[in-house]
Amino acid sequence: MPTSFELNGRSVTLQVADDTPLLWGIREDAGLTGTKYGCGIGLCGSCTVLVNGRATRSCITPLSEVKNLAVTTIEGLHPSGEHPLQKAWIKTQTPQCGYCQSGQIMQAAAMLVDFPDPSDEQIDNIMSGNLCRCMAYVRIRKAIKLAAAEMRDDIASSPTAPETAAHE
Amino acid sequence: MKRLAIGTVALLVLLLMAMLILAWESSIAQQDAPAEDTFSQRQIDRGEVIAGLGNCQSCHTVDPERPYAGGRAFPTPFGTLYATNITPHPESGIGRWSEAAFIRAMREGVARDGSHLFPAFPYTHFTRVRDEDLQALYAYTMTREPVDARAPENDLTFPFNIRLLQAGWKLLFFEPGVWQPDTEKSDAWNRGEYLAEGLAHCSACHTPRNTFGAENQDRDYDGAMVNNWYAPAMSAGNPPPVAWTESELYTYLREGASTYHGVALGSMADVVHQGLGIVDDSDIRALATYFSDVTGALPEDQTAAQASRRIADAQRESMAMRSNDTGELNRGEQLFSNGCAACHYNSADDPNVLRPELSLNSALNADNPVNLIRATLRGVSNESGIQGVLMPGFASWNNADLAALFAFLRATHTDHPAWNDLEQRIARQRSDVTTSTE
Repeated sequence: MPTSFELNGRSVTLQVADDTPLLWGIREDAGLTGTKYGCGIGLCGSCTVLVNGRATRSCITPLSEVKNLAVTTIEGLHPSGEHPLQKAWIKTQTPQCGYCQSGQIMQAAAMLVDFPDPSDEQIDNIMSGNLCRCMAYVRIRKAIKLAAAEMRDDIASSPTAPETAAHE
Repeated sequence: MKRLAIGTVALLVLLLMAMLILAWESSIAQQDAPAEDTFSQRQIDRGEVIAGLGNCQSCHTVDPERPYAGGRAFPTPFGTLYATNITPHPESGIGRWSEAAFIRAMREGVARDGSHLFPAFPYTHFTRVRDEDLQALYAYTMTREPVDARAPENDLTFPFNIRLLQAGWKLLFFEPGVWQPDTEKSDAWNRGEYLAEGLAHCSACHTPRNTFGAENQDRDYDGAMVNNWYAPAMSAGNPPPVAWTESELYTYLREGASTYHGVALGSMADVVHQGLGIVDDSDIRALATYFSDVTGALPEDQTAAQASRRIADAQRESMAMRSNDTGELNRGEQLFSNGCAACHYNSADDPNVLRPELSLNSALNADNPVNLIRATLRGVSNESGIQGVLMPGFASWNNADLAALFAFLRATHTDHPAWNDLEQRIARQRSDVTTSTE
């Protein structure tokens, strides 16, 4: 059955079997390959995307489940790739091989909605499902804190309080 | 000796005749379908809300495209019952039922033709509903799209398939009578009680049943298994980890989620999102008022402190498990860290309803792990729980890993004893996952 949903702000309809994982819909059918396949059982985090603003493992989410919902991938996080997290990732030279990084960034983006000023403990607990075989964890944590600070400054200097993605 | 035998037989015959007279109910004449202008739009609209409160659709529908056409199977200890077609189809539905026949069915559990209905149809509750509400429900029902669909024949074991015997059941367990207010209580409480114990028939799922399938009145709201889900206990004698508050009850019934208890799943998701979805706020608040009393609700400042202590305890015990480097519980901790914490971790002082806190969750604190197993295997669709938020299913994890995860959560996140036979129970639910149409 066709499934219609919003992908990075544009409505798409994919003609795939209902139990096709969202990840394959995004990569194979919509052609957005920034989201990566890792373990396929929701244990490594590399396929993380946002569904209605919540971090979701796309490898174990059937495409039919996101019917009429808003999916955001790394390609849609910011129109020109300048989300505070993306800038912080570059500034701190966080990635090594890079394979897990789009999942790391999407998970971090969702976390900062719930925890705008995350402690080390909060980062460790929430990011623990995103594995990095290059062991970039220390730089990931640093980049998250840098981006969080920028986002808090933006909110403080913004004339109107922005709406958070989770409450769309 | 011969005289004794004749006497006994005569007595038995008399008894049987008395039973038949008692059990016999007259048929109410068929009528043609009511003309279109029989009912006012106001009455039909009101009936739609009444049907929502009763959540009629959930039991009487299999295919959402054909609402109220019946056919849904209800496995019971006495065999399988099938919900009937309650669309106004003249042959396979209730199109030829007069209002009097409809109201008798609701109030007394007797079909138009005089046969006794089985108490899976909760007439034991509907007997309390007032005339004007039943009339509105009749108006709504008779103006639905007629669907020609015959429910499968009930498959009950002998002697439970004898409808006449239901008369005996009614003598023992049925108290007919329209609802009467309790003048000692507030208007909101009374409204809530009228709705909860009548139309909404909450205890039909949340109260355990006795050997004869009747609600066990001594164990009101003590929790029960229904269609392979556990309908959690709501009685003050079975407190959840954090007591309910009136506002949490309202939020749960309105939105399908409570920060301190979890999300509505299974048939409760239908209750909240389909049934109660169109019900006025004042009625949802009245239900919250009534269930505050039933559950022994506490003021909010007390529950927030209860919750924070609970979460902090769970996190401390989980950390201890992390450094204990062998065994199943440690395996469970690793799996939780990798697979669950990204969405379920909370700060102890500020749990977020969108990050369901497992140490407070009713599924983890129940005696039966079935809700936790089903939610984990199948996930939570965006139409259940909090609408627009989904949890994927983890059926790709093997039984041993899931059992380790659940054992870890039970040990560190609750004060309850470990569950037995987790792997077997997971395996059983897994086969249900692939065959169930729910």
